[in-house]
Amino acid sequence: MLRTLLSRVREYRKYAFITPLFMVGEVAMEVLIPTLMALIVDRGVTTQDMGYVFRIGIAIVAAAMLSLSFGMAGAWSASKASAGFATNIRTDLYSRIMDFSFADVDRFSTSSLITRMTTDVQNVQQSFQMMIRICVRSPIMFIFAIIMVYHNGGALSLVFAVAIPVVAVCIFLIFRRTYTAFSNAFRGYDVFNRVVQENLNGIRTVKAYVREEEQLGKFEEASETIRRNFRRGQTIMALMSPLMMAVTYCCMIAISYIGARLINIGHMETGELMSIYTYTGQILSSLVMTGMVIVMLSIAHASMVRIAEVLNTEPGMDTNPDGLKAVPDGSVEFRHVSFGYGKSSKVLSDIDLSIRSGEMVGIIGNTGSGKTSLISLIARLYDATDGSVIVGGHDVREYSLRALRNEVAVVLQKNTLFSGTVAENLRWGNPGATDEEIRRACRVAAAAPFVEAMSEGYDSHVDQGGTNFSGGQRQRLCIARALLKKPRILIMDDSTSAVDTATDASIRKALREDVKDLTKIIISQRLSSVMDADQIIMLDNGRIADAGTHDELLARNADYRDLYETQTRGGNLDA
Amino acid sequence: MLRARATAARAKDPKKAMKRVLKLVFGERKLKFAFIVACILISSFSIVYSSNFLGLFIDECVFPLIGVEDPSWAPVIASLTQFAAIVSISVVFNYLLSRTMVGISQDTLYTIRVDMFRRLESLPVSYFDQNQHGTIMSRFSNDTDTLNQFISHALVQLMQSSITLVMVIVSMIMNSWIMTAVVALFALLTMKATSSIAKRSGRQFAAQQADLASVNGFIEEMMNGQRVIKVFCHEDQSRSDFAALNEKLRKSMTKGNTYANIMGPVTMNLGNLQYVALVIVGAVAVILSGGAASGYTIGLLAAFLQLSRSFSNNVNQISQQSNMVLLALAGAERIFELLDEESETDDGYVTLVNAKMDESGNLTETGEHTGLWAWKHPHHDGSPVSYVPLRGDIVMRDVDFGYVPDKMVLHDISLYAKPGQKIAFVGSTGAGKTTITNLLNRFYDIQDGKIRFDGININKIRKADLRHSLGMILQDTNLFTGTIKENIKFGKLEATDDEVIAAAKLANAHGFIMMMPDGYDTMITNNGESLSQGQRQLISIARAAIADPPVLVMDEATSSIDTHTEALVQSGMDRLMANRTVFVIAHRLSTVRNSNAIMVLDHGRIIERGDHDDLIAQRGVYYRLYTGAVELE
Repeated sequence: MLRTLLSRVREYRKYAFITPLFMVGEVAMEVLIPTLMALIVDRGVTTQDMGYVFRIGIAIVAAAMLSLSFGMAGAWSASKASAGFATNIRTDLYSRIMDFSFADVDRFSTSSLITRMTTDVQNVQQSFQMMIRICVRSPIMFIFAIIMVYHNGGALSLVFAVAIPVVAVCIFLIFRRTYTAFSNAFRGYDVFNRVVQENLNGIRTVKAYVREEEQLGKFEEASETIRRNFRRGQTIMALMSPLMMAVTYCCMIAISYIGARLINIGHMETGELMSIYTYTGQILSSLVMTGMVIVMLSIAHASMVRIAEVLNTEPGMDTNPDGLKAVPDGSVEFRHVSFGYGKSSKVLSDIDLSIRSGEMVGIIGNTGSGKTSLISLIARLYDATDGSVIVGGHDVREYSLRALRNEVAVVLQKNTLFSGTVAENLRWGNPGATDEEIRRACRVAAAAPFVEAMSEGYDSHVDQGGTNFSGGQRQRLCIARALLKKPRILIMDDSTSAVDTATDASIRKALREDVKDLTKIIISQRLSSVMDADQIIMLDNGRIADAGTHDELLARNADYRDLYETQTRGGNLDA
Repeated sequence: MLRARATAARAKDPKKAMKRVLKLVFGERKLKFAFIVACILISSFSIVYSSNFLGLFIDECVFPLIGVEDPSWAPVIASLTQFAAIVSISVVFNYLLSRTMVGISQDTLYTIRVDMFRRLESLPVSYFDQNQHGTIMSRFSNDTDTLNQFISHALVQLMQSSITLVMVIVSMIMNSWIMTAVVALFALLTMKATSSIAKRSGRQFAAQQADLASVNGFIEEMMNGQRVIKVFCHEDQSRSDFAALNEKLRKSMTKGNTYANIMGPVTMNLGNLQYVALVIVGAVAVILSGGAASGYTIGLLAAFLQLSRSFSNNVNQISQQSNMVLLALAGAERIFELLDEESETDDGYVTLVNAKMDESGNLTETGEHTGLWAWKHPHHDGSPVSYVPLRGDIVMRDVDFGYVPDKMVLHDISLYAKPGQKIAFVGSTGAGKTTITNLLNRFYDIQDGKIRFDGININKIRKADLRHSLGMILQDTNLFTGTIKENIKFGKLEATDDEVIAAAKLANAHGFIMMMPDGYDTMITNNGESLSQGQRQLISIARAAIADPPVLVMDEATSSIDTHTEALVQSGMDRLMANRTVFVIAHRLSTVRNSNAIMVLDHGRIIERGDHDDLIAQRGVYYRLYTGAVELE
């Protein structure tokens, strides 16, 4: 997993490698300073040598300046490397998701893909930066400082041989226990957020049923979980600071006593003792820092796993770029086709059907009968599990996916418009479409009247998701967008459900008359939308229950008759 | 949202917000506050004490013994023992300080969260119309989190740093004027440098957040529209659009992070330079003064160096925390804004009570559950309390209403509904259908006119009781995380299992519920994502059925459900509507036909009224709608 991620550093590798070097330089200078200071005290002051004091003073200034330069260089290269790394991960994720098949998207779910591309990438970027900066800085500081203690104090370094394991064990225990408490607290947040979210969405329901008190009870419970876990975590965490103080003071006492004795017998000098006090601080704080970084990295671990999972998913569909480039005609044939999502049970079984080029075909059936699955196979949104789907005389898998989808336009049940202008949205169908072509497509889709009535016409703004248009208007724009592709086959999956019956009929009339060669496949809940089709396919439980014209079905199929009567009883004039 | 956060990061009146936060944290805990201050004083003192101790130790225990053969170690040990005793006390108090703060901060946050939620639940519906859910949500998440950081860490840290700083400065001045001047000089320099970096880094940060928001916004839009991208083979175009935004973000992020990362090395090395300056000044002073008599000793130098370290550490601490403090206070201000929102007012004094008939046929109040309800109506003029049976008679007279006072959306609405009648509203979006029904249960209050429920002005009825007597089936079904049974019982908390099943049967929901793996105990999450649209509607019908209100408001769902389920929903609704006063907001004209009265609305006015046959005969708007000549949108 780590390799999957780290290989994305690519062109920023040099910055990633150079950053630790800068850190080493910065730390080396920083650790040198107390020793130089010791020299001033021991050689300069005791021997009253002003010249020496200034010489070493300049050396310290130089060391500080060097340390500053290294530090700034490290800050820059670490930012460069981590921002570049995050950018590359985002690009790769985005690119990979673009290659995903519908089945892959289903498996991850849209919202989870969004989280992976946003929050998770940010977490990984943070930890990467920490890894190349702090993760190097603290241990190096620790080692250098110990070396200097040994150099200046010799036997005094034994104090740390006792102190370091004690601190390390305590840090380990404290962090491990707080980690569980805090991760429980974060899980508590999920419940907490859910309660608030549900109340925001359902506030009218809550108020209509006067359930404010009951909801408050749920909320208090969730808040209590957070309070309990945070309190537990922070209570353990509260040991940290006094513990570090205690260790520091113990070290100081031991160092003072041993130091005094060493100085007494001439094995050490006063300045050196002073420098060791400073090193004590550096050693202990770098230990704590390392512990903290490890905790943060382990929190980011989950994000890393989630990102790697996407990157390591091979798109589940062969796009066959070298396949056939043109679809000869708009005929469709299913031969013994079965299909299921994943390993679960079959959604379609043994479907046989044949549609001639230019026909208008209606598909009806209850929710879950397999209507959407059936049409998804034509544009190869999914691949059939068994049997073959034949478009224009060739198996769909023989075409390059791109060519196939360009010739088979699908107006999805869940339409999406994108932020931009109306014309920009329509040009998704055909980037080179002329204004006249756009107008024509809109006329067929009955979108022209309302678009042209807007003050800015085809340049009117579309909000994200098209929320500034009504459901019926969105559906008509989506049909126009699909028509602009000039496909051989047009599939409409319940695409006129929010359009009134009169407009619906006019769209069908225009489709029939203006684009005669186009094969039209229409899924609908409304019989009136498919009644005049050349053939109506009745799906039930993944099988074709019957197929024929309206008159044939009305004559021979009792279910169809029932449906017809139910829907026409109300006058068949539902809006 | 991210962009909004970056620009609105500063508090408007930090002082006021700070005062209020402090009041929340310590207002009720004066004693604990005193204890905390005492702890801080002790631990700050020990920091200063230990720095000075080092100087004394060098001057009095180390130097005198240099070269002395076989000296007495007793004074050294005594001095160290005294030191150990004092610092142990400070360690203990430091621990007590942290422990106390944990309790205080988590209790405060708990109170704030619960207060916020309680307030939220009490706000009028209009608040939720006017404020985006994302914004309200971030009061509970982001803003509370930063406040948590502030109360748990920054607050004590700041108090401690400030107190320590004062003690350190006093101690430094007592030790040496000259060297204190050097430290002061560097302190100025550091502040200058950090504030100029902070300014630039703030600008960069805002730019970076803006770019991040546009990248994340793009991702969200494209991920949601992914299927369309694939169907239109738009992948390459979308990739290159994304690459451009992503590259822009990379540039601003590199800059932003560089500035943020630079802060550390700059302040640290300014500290190092200060250290050098002190060593030199100190060394020169020691050499020139020529010995202990003048007061300038190596011990003093050592002590001063330690003091100066803690001086710059605490200055850095304060400057780092102050940024955090401003952020937290801005969040606190937003939290207070929510806490200060006006709650829904309720002056109602007419209440709903269980009633029974006494021998003489008069209604009297009773504690037991009789199934018979009555409005208990006390009178201001001193006449005795009267009881009116709950029947479900609704009258609206000359009602005007606007969401904002100067823009009326309903004009002169008059209508009546006798108990058991069905009234339908028809009209295009924005005609005011939903608005009328929202006035009945007082989600909004009318500007002019009267609404009477069983002859009582609804303004006199206690809101909770009014709403209990009105059932609502809203257009968008909202289910809550929990079992199916719990969701149905939402309508009547004390309902028995048998009642739940009866309600589900009435709503036609029993069948599909029994098909679920855990039946009535099946968990529902995420607004019922595992259920179909139709099944969710069936549950919401069952929920209204179990509440058994005399008056029902039904906003039909617009989304298409399959014919089979729709038939179930329809017959469930029909059964629910029987023997109740019902207001239907119709989206399908087929459900309207058998209403007692149909109101056709246009721009907030009733333009046609009558039953189906009347309206067809009128050949007006209803007729045109019915024949499909115009669209209902």
